[in-house]
Amino acid sequence: MTERRIVEDLHLRDLTKKYGELAAVDDLDLTIPAGSFFALLGASGCGKTTTLRMVAGLEDPSSGTISIGERDITGLRAYKRPVNTVFQSYALFPHMDIFENVAFGLRRRGVKDVKGPVEEMLELVELAPMARRKPTQLSGGQQQRVAVARALINQPDVLLLDEPLGALDLKLRRQMQIELKRIQTEVGITFVHVTHDQEEAMTMADTVAVMNAGRIEQLGHPADIYELPRTVFVANFLGQSNLFAGVKTGTSGELITVESHGQTFGVPLARNSAEGSDMYVGVRPEKMTILDEPDAHKVPDSHNRLTGAVTDVSYTGVSTQYLVNTDWGQDITVFEQNVLVGDRCDVGDRVIVHWAPEHSFGLAR
Amino acid sequence: MAAVLPASTSTQQPPTVKRRSRTAYFLLAPGMGWLAVFFAVPFITLFVTSLQVPVPGQSGRYMPAFDLMNYPEALSAYSEQFIRSFVYAGIATVLALIIAYPLAYFIAFRGGQWKGLLLVLVIAPTFASFLLRTYAWRTILADEGPITSFLNALSVLPQDRILNTGIAVIAGLTYNFLPFMILPLYAALDRMDPRLIEASGDLYAHPATTFRKVVWPLSLPGVVAGTLLTFIPAFGDYINAQLLGSTGDRMIGNAIQINFIQFRDYPIAAALSIMLMALILVIVFVYIRRAGTEELV
Repeated sequence: MTERRIVEDLHLRDLTKKYGELAAVDDLDLTIPAGSFFALLGASGCGKTTTLRMVAGLEDPSSGTISIGERDITGLRAYKRPVNTVFQSYALFPHMDIFENVAFGLRRRGVKDVKGPVEEMLELVELAPMARRKPTQLSGGQQQRVAVARALINQPDVLLLDEPLGALDLKLRRQMQIELKRIQTEVGITFVHVTHDQEEAMTMADTVAVMNAGRIEQLGHPADIYELPRTVFVANFLGQSNLFAGVKTGTSGELITVESHGQTFGVPLARNSAEGSDMYVGVRPEKMTILDEPDAHKVPDSHNRLTGAVTDVSYTGVSTQYLVNTDWGQDITVFEQNVLVGDRCDVGDRVIVHWAPEHSFGLAR
Repeated sequence: MAAVLPASTSTQQPPTVKRRSRTAYFLLAPGMGWLAVFFAVPFITLFVTSLQVPVPGQSGRYMPAFDLMNYPEALSAYSEQFIRSFVYAGIATVLALIIAYPLAYFIAFRGGQWKGLLLVLVIAPTFASFLLRTYAWRTILADEGPITSFLNALSVLPQDRILNTGIAVIAGLTYNFLPFMILPLYAALDRMDPRLIEASGDLYAHPATTFRKVVWPLSLPGVVAGTLLTFIPAFGDYINAQLLGSTGDRMIGNAIQINFIQFRDYPIAAALSIMLMALILVIVFVYIRRAGTEELV
């Protein structure tokens, strides 16, 4: 497994899967670059698992094509595809020991000497001493690594991971995220990872595609998507956002101005994805600063600002999360880093919330 | 009771342990009683009977003795029926397995919302009497019936008929014990995670290989349970041979029945019964050892 393989891009073209009238995957167009760690992120029922199963060959698309490089694999049966899957429940063969589970794919392809590769693979996932155990004798995390080893040993062009960490507890999950990332870097195979856990997607993947209702809402580097969501769904699904409904009133330099509930907010022209004048102004909670009303003079003139009353304070150690009810009755969330001790607002305080306009983003309404 | 327990246990909680063991005996009592009355006592009676000798001059009357010769005598007289029972029950078991496996597989993996109904349909025939159903097969397999006529038209029947041949007996045995094959197979297959089949395909296994390497080995407990539940009653059955076979197709069950009821040769009938039990015990033991499964239940 030491040599890096030359793998090719995975292309999904106009991929559609219909169950009756309902389109689980709707006209999906996607290129997954070779050697990347790609995450399909979405809520349950958004079509991400169906997409994965179509790539694996476990589900037939209603229309569209799947290809690896120039090679069309749409009509290929699962057992003929150069693709392997790590199943959500691992699906380890309970009647075989770990060694035989990992050797399964090699044996099916008629590889005579499986001992070397299997041992090497078990070494990679740090399970060499467990070779002769049965899957039920292993912990969840170990089973998960066997599932990865069993798929990876075949050196597939693409490795598919279907919520592979869903069954693990939080601590183990963090550990496995790092582990999987390490393995992926080591073997250089394209990983396509399906998950509903946005944090998992962001920590592991180079590229995240946020899926909703069978379509991809936004695709890009995790940080780019987080900093600049392009749709309301993404703004709310990937992290939290405060969205203010408003109407675009003009442009001043690099900023557009938006009237919202009697306030005027500035949004950078380049960060506005709304085409019409009806739009939302969005801002992430940690980009906002909260001040007691008497300190209003401290707010820089260029900043967007609003006033309201604190309705809830939760202290989480690293930060304090405020729920603020604005003057027009909208609840917004503000995260404040706990840099200073004892400098906190209390429930009922009148406050000013402000943020630099370059942190705003504009979304179509 | 307390004396056999390790000292630490007995000093810590002796009353609880005592009460618990007493409760256990109390709960076991009905079962043990049932076994004693309906198994141990009849078995001992049967064994004692198998050693009796005839009262001289009085036919049908026997007196206590220790005549082990009843066994070789019964065996030499009915070895043919023993062998035939083994062959018929064996063939019926294999046929039942071949018929039941795809059916159980279909219900388990494709049954969906119809699973319950399909299972009821499997068991439904047993709501009617065993005897009645076997009689019905006389009509189905009758010489002028559609099946026999059809097969005769193809001239594939060795004796130009089915009824009153070994084929009819085997067909009857297969039919009557089929549900006992289907249910354990279904239970084993239904327990199987369908993702294992997907995983096997994902790992380059052709569907036939998937069956051989994944589905079949995982269904083995069901196969073993099903074949035993079919073979054991089929081996001792006499209704099918009596109703569907000719005198040349009699099985060991018929021999026991005739000796008990017609000939009133109780010692021979008892000896046959005991040998049948012993033989089944040996066959089952060897079979389970060979099948190498401890997960029978």
